[in-house]
Amino acid sequence: MNRSLRPLLATALIFLFAYLMAVGQHPGMLSTRVVGNFLTDNAFLGIAAVGMTFVILSGGIDLSVGAVIGFTTVLIAVLIMWVGLHPLAAFAVALAVAALFGAVMGAAIHYLRVPSFIVTLAGMFLARGGASVLSPDSIGIEHDFYTAVSRSYILMPGGGRLTVIGMIMLAVFALAILLAHRTRFGSNIYALGGSETSAALMGVPVARTTIAIYALSSALAGLAGVVFSLYTSAGYSLNALGVELDAIAAVVIGGTLLTGGYGFVAGTFIGVMLQGLVQTYIVFDGTLSSWWTKIVVGVLLFMFIVLQRLVFRAGPRRT
Amino acid sequence: MAEEMAAPGGRPVLEAQGIVKIFGQHRALDGVDFTAHAGEVHALLGENGAGKSTLIKILTGAYQPDEGELRLDGTPIQLRNPLHGQSFGIGTVYQEVNLLPNRSVAENLFLGRQPTRFGLVDRAGIVRRARELLARYGLDIDVRAELSEFSVAVQQIVAIARAVELSGKVLVLDEPTASLDRNEVERLFDVVRGLRADGLAIIFITHFLDQVFALADRVTILRNGTRVATQPLAALNTTDVVRMMLGKDMAFEHHPSALAGGPRGAVRVEFKGIGRKGMPPFDLAIHEGEVVGVAGLLGSGRTEVARLMFGVDAAEGGEVRVDGEAVSVRNPAQAVAAGFGFCPEDRKLDGIFGDLSVRENIIIALQAKLGWFRALNHEDQIELAGRYAEALDIRAASHDMPVKLLSGGNQQKVILARWLAIDPTFLILDEPTRGIDVGAHAEIVRTINRLREEGLALFVISSELDEVVAYSNRVVVMRDREMVAELEGDAIAPEAIVEAIAGTTREARA
Amino acid sequence: MTRPTIDLRPTTQPPYPRARPIHAFFTRPQVIALIAVLLVNWMLFPGFFTITWQDGRLFGSLIDVLNRGAPVAILAIGMTAVIATKGVDLSVGAVMAISGAVAATLVSSGVSAPVAVAAALGAGLLCGLWNGILVTVLDIQPIIATLVLMVAGRGLAQLVTEGSIVTFSDPVLVFIGTGSILGLPTPVVIALLLMIAATLAVRRTALGLLIEAVGVNRSAARFAGLSAGALLLIVYTFAGFCAAVAGLIVAGDIRGADANNAGLWLELDAILAVVIGGTSLLGGRFSIPMAVLGAIIIQAMNTGILISGFSPEFNLVVKSAVIIVILVLQSPLSARMFRGRSGGNSGKAK
Repeated sequence: MNRSLRPLLATALIFLFAYLMAVGQHPGMLSTRVVGNFLTDNAFLGIAAVGMTFVILSGGIDLSVGAVIGFTTVLIAVLIMWVGLHPLAAFAVALAVAALFGAVMGAAIHYLRVPSFIVTLAGMFLARGGASVLSPDSIGIEHDFYTAVSRSYILMPGGGRLTVIGMIMLAVFALAILLAHRTRFGSNIYALGGSETSAALMGVPVARTTIAIYALSSALAGLAGVVFSLYTSAGYSLNALGVELDAIAAVVIGGTLLTGGYGFVAGTFIGVMLQGLVQTYIVFDGTLSSWWTKIVVGVLLFMFIVLQRLVFRAGPRRT
Repeated sequence: MAEEMAAPGGRPVLEAQGIVKIFGQHRALDGVDFTAHAGEVHALLGENGAGKSTLIKILTGAYQPDEGELRLDGTPIQLRNPLHGQSFGIGTVYQEVNLLPNRSVAENLFLGRQPTRFGLVDRAGIVRRARELLARYGLDIDVRAELSEFSVAVQQIVAIARAVELSGKVLVLDEPTASLDRNEVERLFDVVRGLRADGLAIIFITHFLDQVFALADRVTILRNGTRVATQPLAALNTTDVVRMMLGKDMAFEHHPSALAGGPRGAVRVEFKGIGRKGMPPFDLAIHEGEVVGVAGLLGSGRTEVARLMFGVDAAEGGEVRVDGEAVSVRNPAQAVAAGFGFCPEDRKLDGIFGDLSVRENIIIALQAKLGWFRALNHEDQIELAGRYAEALDIRAASHDMPVKLLSGGNQQKVILARWLAIDPTFLILDEPTRGIDVGAHAEIVRTINRLREEGLALFVISSELDEVVAYSNRVVVMRDREMVAELEGDAIAPEAIVEAIAGTTREARA
Repeated sequence: MTRPTIDLRPTTQPPYPRARPIHAFFTRPQVIALIAVLLVNWMLFPGFFTITWQDGRLFGSLIDVLNRGAPVAILAIGMTAVIATKGVDLSVGAVMAISGAVAATLVSSGVSAPVAVAAALGAGLLCGLWNGILVTVLDIQPIIATLVLMVAGRGLAQLVTEGSIVTFSDPVLVFIGTGSILGLPTPVVIALLLMIAATLAVRRTALGLLIEAVGVNRSAARFAGLSAGALLLIVYTFAGFCAAVAGLIVAGDIRGADANNAGLWLELDAILAVVIGGTSLLGGRFSIPMAVLGAIIIQAMNTGILISGFSPEFNLVVKSAVIIVILVLQSPLSARMFRGRSGGNSGKAK
């Protein structure tokens, strides 16, 4: 079997097993209501994790996604409430700003030859700082569009609600799967993660691809910010604190190799859902406290890192 | 495959004239001419440092020559990078397969030019075309499987298929057989013969002489950055080739008689049954005041022996004795504790600490041996570094400057000094004069002789026969990972060594 | 039988530089940067350099900079050695939270303060050891190995505090966070002592050189007979210890353990301090005092932003600007323009 499928399979099995266990204890968890909430509550994390998947597949890391989400929520709030733009126009501006921001980080990573975690760390500071310079306080958003969006959903059998933001996430995953597996850009991302030297020798435009990857990651973080803004109807510079870690965890738990080259966007979806499951289980249980989420996620992260170490032992040693 | 006609006369396709490449003060290539004809396999031979890989990098576009000219089909070309070279029709397949181990075979074949339908990559199309393409190379494999799941031989053929698809005029095979077994080599050769019949110009780099004779039509031999000869192989035998590779000329100065049968001290180190997977066990005893020279071509297992001796690769079984007492040498730290020193072949990767000072580079092994808490104080360090820099004539503006700023010869002496500082019993030198200018070269040879006179036991690997002859009391000849001959006293003569190295390859042909 | 020795006495002394003259210290970019930041602060707030003596201790903005900079300085001390080996430790912020949580929970349940402090430090050591084992035994990249504890660490801290903010009034812990020794705030004294101890430990023994050797070229280190594994274990364990100390200070300062916010993002400040101090992220040469200086520069900037009336979050923008400047300065492009590094050695290009 294709060895990069093994971690993915492991994730899927763990998810299934965990879900069945959870349902066994709390039969209420087996309902479309819960599934609908799953999708809605984790929409912003899922979208950001898609961007993170591409970055990690290419062999990099993006620590700025949480900050970009926070910045985007503030920017949108400012544009709607103070400038008076229509939300859709505000969204467009925010996405463009985010993509440009990512492109600049990608260019810095490629041309300055600095590790991505340092560049995106600077990006994180800049985005958080920029957000609080725009507005240090939380800005509530009141707009008919927001009300309309929050009221629209598709009723699933069993009473579950598939909300707009849940659908956005599903759409992002679907498009991302196409992008990863059915486009030249997707192939180039995997190529970079496999071996940058070989990729360059085989004609992959390394500079262009690197810049595009980080632009995409930031743009998706921006979209996650849009979703977050719709979800909370507010813009605040400290929104989505630490989401980059959740996103990285989702990607790794989803079976993507942290050193790049192997993995699936679909795996990230399971990774996000697994995190959501842990949270939901804790809510259902009532006796467990929320910090268990972090511990469980940490343990899963550790397990998968060790699993990858074993599966990919034969990987290249010298860089 | 490109519509190439097999030119019966073999018209020149890629020509290089008067190529000069200089790194710092070192002339890696000094006016080399090279021509690859259509429909020939042209072998390029030379030991490490002969300029082989530099020439290849120039032919493929990875380096630009400082002087000289490249012509393709008679037209002068300037290659900016390998990709640019590829677009001219020059494809390369490297020893370390430069493909993507994490992607499918099909994707590796079509990366960068995937057929698309409605903007999406046509995966079925790629798979179909990949299958067709590989069928022409006699390969029937699951092209959807990850490349790394296949043997290196298959990966090499995939790489060749990609290179020929993209380029189609010149195919450079850089040590493609280094990690293949006999059957795989045959399979690869069949593919190459097919391409030759199609009229491709094929440049074949290897260190396996029997393969050169089995496959190539002509051979060009490089030595110390100059071309020794370009000849049809039909007119040559193995001994001729080895001689041209190893000797400047065969009028060597004779083995210094002082060494021949000179008094030998007690056995200093003794290796018994040391070996590991892929490296048959060997026995060797080295006496105090003795230099055992090791001759053999690249890939004959010389370096592997040195690594086993020093515990870089842990031996599976066998024993090591120093002055008659058994010692454990499972890793370099234990080797150092036993008084061994090792100057590795790749100085930059395994030898020097580029950013550390000359002084620190000299004292580091002694310090590692002493442990963390017995730090050498500054004065001791200065004294030690000063003493050995003086003894070995290390030329550095200051001992506090980073060692990376020194020349190759001085860096080599710094590593030698590092080992002398631990007051060693046994020194292993792997290609100590490689990449070093002529002056420093002679000095290193003198130093080896002096160390022997002072009673050290040495194990010296070298591709320079005149050098081996000049300092060895005994010469061990290696071939196919085994010590096949041992020459002593008057028997140590370049011609005898050449014969011993050529040994099996000649038998194999007979 | 005589051992062979090369026994040629040198006739001339090799040239080597004498101890660095004092003015060289003031021409280091870090020192110039600190002086510049302090001068700007002074222009913004003329009383910046005023130091008064009150109730048996020193007061003033300058003392405040040192006091507030102490936790990051302490983290930077541990982080420097890690980065020198070409690694990084992302978990120190989370370890701070764990250490604070352990100490606070223990004292509030009636355990004596010294025991609580020892337990907190022990927890830090364990966390560091865990990271070290992942890096050496399992051979996982440092950034990934330490990510595990970065993610799970705060959860562990909350597990200890059972999710609440545990407050305490134990005099010993409060003294660690807010007391004073000989007029100087306790955190400053701790940071100073730790810096001196760590510097002596690496420079009076061979540890420093061996760490640098491993960071510069791990393969060559192996060939030279060095065992990198034990060194890496020590280095990561020490980073965990430093994080625990910093965690105690922060907990003592707020008289409580806040598992969510204690040490949040401080790992990044610590990395920044080390980089400002001239230690390359690619490993090799390092200087612990310069990293501490880096931490003080960061804090001086923070203070300057506060007194000039900007919101504290504006810090982040300034910090990112600093990172960008350093990145550009360290890039291969500018390396060609300025030969030689100011990191630690006095190497000169020929």
